[in-house]
Amino acid sequence: MKTNNVILRAVVKLVVYIILTLAVYLFLAGHHSPGGGFIGGLVLAAALVLLFVSFDIETVRSAIPFDFKKVAALGAFTSVMTGFGSLLFGQPFLSQTFAYFDLPFFGKTELTTVTIFEAGVALVVVGVVVTIILSIVEDV
Amino acid sequence: MYTVNLAIMIPFLAAIIVPIIYKRIQKIHIGWFVFLVPTALFLFLVSFIPHIANGETYLYTLEWIPSYNINFTTYLDGLSLIFALLITGIGALVTIYSIYYLSSEENLSHFYTYLLLFMGAMLGVVFSDNIMVLYVFWELTSISSFLLIAFWYHRKSSRDGAQKSLLITVSGGFGMLVGFIMLYVMTGSMSVREIITTISSFHDHALFIPAMLLILLGAFTKSAQYPFHIWLPTAMEAPTPVSAYLHSATMVKAGIYLVARFTPVFGGELTWFWVVTIVGIVTLFWGSFNAIRQTDLKALLAYSTISQLGMIMSMIGISSVALRQGYSVNTVIYTQAAFAAIFHLINHSTFKGALFMVVGIIDHELGTRDIRRLGGLATLMPITFTIAIIGSFSMAGLPPFNGFLSKEMFFTAVLSVRELQFTSEVWMSLIPVIAWVASTLTFVYCMIFVIKTFLGEYKEEKLEHPGHEAPFGMLFSPVVLGFLVIVIFFFPNVLGDYVIKPAMYSIFPQLGAEDLGQHISAWHGFNTELKMTIGVIVLGTLLFISLRHWKGIYNWILPEKLSFNSLYGNSLEKVEDLSKFVTNSYMTGHLRDYMVYIYIFFIIAVGGTLLNTKAFLFDLEQYSSISEFEWLITIGMIIAAIAMLLAKSRLTAILLNSVLGYGIAIFFVIFRAPDLALTQTVIETVTTVLFLAAYYFLPEWKKEDSKRRSKVVNAIISVTVGVLFTTIALAVQSGKLFESVSSFYENAYELAGANNIVNAILGDFRAFDTMLEVVVLLIAGLGVYTFIKLKARKGDNPLEDK
Repeated sequence: MKTNNVILRAVVKLVVYIILTLAVYLFLAGHHSPGGGFIGGLVLAAALVLLFVSFDIETVRSAIPFDFKKVAALGAFTSVMTGFGSLLFGQPFLSQTFAYFDLPFFGKTELTTVTIFEAGVALVVVGVVVTIILSIVEDV
Repeated sequence: MYTVNLAIMIPFLAAIIVPIIYKRIQKIHIGWFVFLVPTALFLFLVSFIPHIANGETYLYTLEWIPSYNINFTTYLDGLSLIFALLITGIGALVTIYSIYYLSSEENLSHFYTYLLLFMGAMLGVVFSDNIMVLYVFWELTSISSFLLIAFWYHRKSSRDGAQKSLLITVSGGFGMLVGFIMLYVMTGSMSVREIITTISSFHDHALFIPAMLLILLGAFTKSAQYPFHIWLPTAMEAPTPVSAYLHSATMVKAGIYLVARFTPVFGGELTWFWVVTIVGIVTLFWGSFNAIRQTDLKALLAYSTISQLGMIMSMIGISSVALRQGYSVNTVIYTQAAFAAIFHLINHSTFKGALFMVVGIIDHELGTRDIRRLGGLATLMPITFTIAIIGSFSMAGLPPFNGFLSKEMFFTAVLSVRELQFTSEVWMSLIPVIAWVASTLTFVYCMIFVIKTFLGEYKEEKLEHPGHEAPFGMLFSPVVLGFLVIVIFFFPNVLGDYVIKPAMYSIFPQLGAEDLGQHISAWHGFNTELKMTIGVIVLGTLLFISLRHWKGIYNWILPEKLSFNSLYGNSLEKVEDLSKFVTNSYMTGHLRDYMVYIYIFFIIAVGGTLLNTKAFLFDLEQYSSISEFEWLITIGMIIAAIAMLLAKSRLTAILLNSVLGYGIAIFFVIFRAPDLALTQTVIETVTTVLFLAAYYFLPEWKKEDSKRRSKVVNAIISVTVGVLFTTIALAVQSGKLFESVSSFYENAYELAGANNIVNAILGDFRAFDTMLEVVVLLIAGLGVYTFIKLKARKGDNPLEDK
């Protein structure tokens, strides 16, 4: 049975951008406000899952040709490697640091190494959620 | 800065790069790239020899987990330098050899990755000053050895050998870990150097002897000492370069290193002397006795390695007496035992490495290494034959090879035991006798190795390939080692003064003696040692000639049923049966039963704690009143929860479940926890999709018809859990047991520059937890993927049965 879900697809096409923007915002806001790598990653995964639900898997796959297992692995690798980064500066494993910079357009901005660590977390969350859901759904 | 720490990390980094290069560059053999790593490290370490010979030491500390005293501290001194030189030097030679030994159809990237992993771990063992870091590297050597033994994993014997070596060495390692923790409890330090300086005030501590015995257990299992030696012969299933490298030259000597390194800690104790010496002597005898009956050349060499390791071990044991008696003219003779031990350790690496490579060549070129099928190869393989002569004559302790020198020094050491005062003379005079008998047996199996393989009748019909000399690439490494065997004989004092003497200061730092070195000379008069050697040759030759007549004794001395091997096999079987029985008794396959286990445990543990600490008391007065809106949501959630029990389809149940989830999210919003609300909402969304996806494949939902009694029990459990949890939620505010930890995190903005304390905790204060959680999440995801996607297809050949 093929259902006609034109309306859903039309809405999703628009909404996905809003969700993705929200995901990026949540990810960056995590340092000072609610958000962070885990939630950002989850929202990103939710956006992808929404795409998979409203379109079929093949269509989305051809648009976003990532192997999500590799995304997850890359994330874990990034997180662990940030731990080793601090060793290069003679600091204990996983020491995080931050500093304030004057960037054009953004003005005074705080840049942190936690952001890289959290980016790894976000990638793992996205990768694992999509991998699990896709492998269950595709198992026919 | 941190040059030694970097030296440990380089092999690990190379191990990461190897698979990438292997994929990209097909033209050049990957081994040549790997070869650069040990060679560069060897040259780097050689540059330290003049400094170390002057008595300098190098200490580098890289803070790792400073709050637990665990730091990546490396200590480069005479003792660690010798081992590091062996690891990198033999490593480079073995790499060249392996390039010609392994066919390019083998999985070379795995092989070299494991090899580099081992190299890094082994360097870590000898350089680490921190006992916890030492332990990590120690187990890493066991794991890489496991991977290398099981390199041909489609063979059952390889897998069994790998399992055996892993089980024995890792359980010994666990014992060692406990010993290390005891040391830490006693002295409050994790640094070996600090422990050495403070240990003298803890000799009467209750943990002193247990810690010593446990650390020795780790050393004995690793160095294949009796009765833990049984793993080494089966480890010979590994490719021969691995046997030459791990199982004769380096890894099995880690136990010797550990004993030498901890001699200043425990050496003054009589127990240490007895255990190390006796175990060493027994191993020496048992290994050489068993080597004679072997028909597989590699097994013969394995038993010979066991025996030689026992010999080195016993010498270090004897030398510990010097620490008990203090430094004087009389005790210097005992320190010489340690000198001899290190000297023989180096010699053993040269000749045994060469011999293993010889066996590898025979196996590779002729297709067999069974001495019953070999013979008469001397003229066909002249270079191999020469190396075999050099190696085995050195092992037998004949001049002009380096083994002669260290064997004579070994005799000096065992003879010196007779002069010890603290025990009866009968026992003491037994040690030199056993040592002499074992040396005679060593002579016999060395002759078997040479004569049965290379002399006698040539039996081409029994070989897979006709006899011919090996290519130059395979001969290069054994020739270098054989050359060293002779060079060391003629110039032993270069080695003694520059390399061994500094190591003596590491073993006997307390003695404060000016000169712990020794002048090695090939001719030292017609003394007892020389007479013993002559006796060895005479009796050994007689025994070899009459071998046929007395070989029968092995059958009634060593029945297969009573060996340690069958003890190992039987206990492994029994343990497997027991664990199967225990697992089957509670793994029913019903999810409901598992839930019951979890909840009963929850009730007992958490409820018990609540009752015990009286923390369940709470006062409703201190909470704010509940508004009407909150009542509404709560009632909605209660209705959803009850309706879930009556739901007829899975879909309804899932949707009702999400009513609960979103209800909680609304509460989070009301109680001003926006980040929790966000997480709850997104999680709820994603899990709902997940449930729908998973349930699509499940059959129709049926009512489970269980007995009335179990229904009642289940109802009681679930109500108790609910009540308990509500109590906890209400009572948690009372905070009776502990101070709240939140004050620690309150200045997150100054420390981490973050206003969001929760995220500062996750990403900064407790980033270690988060990192590991992320890894766990990844493993869980991959687990789901492999469970679902990688099913064994019908008609696939099972790999194991090849």
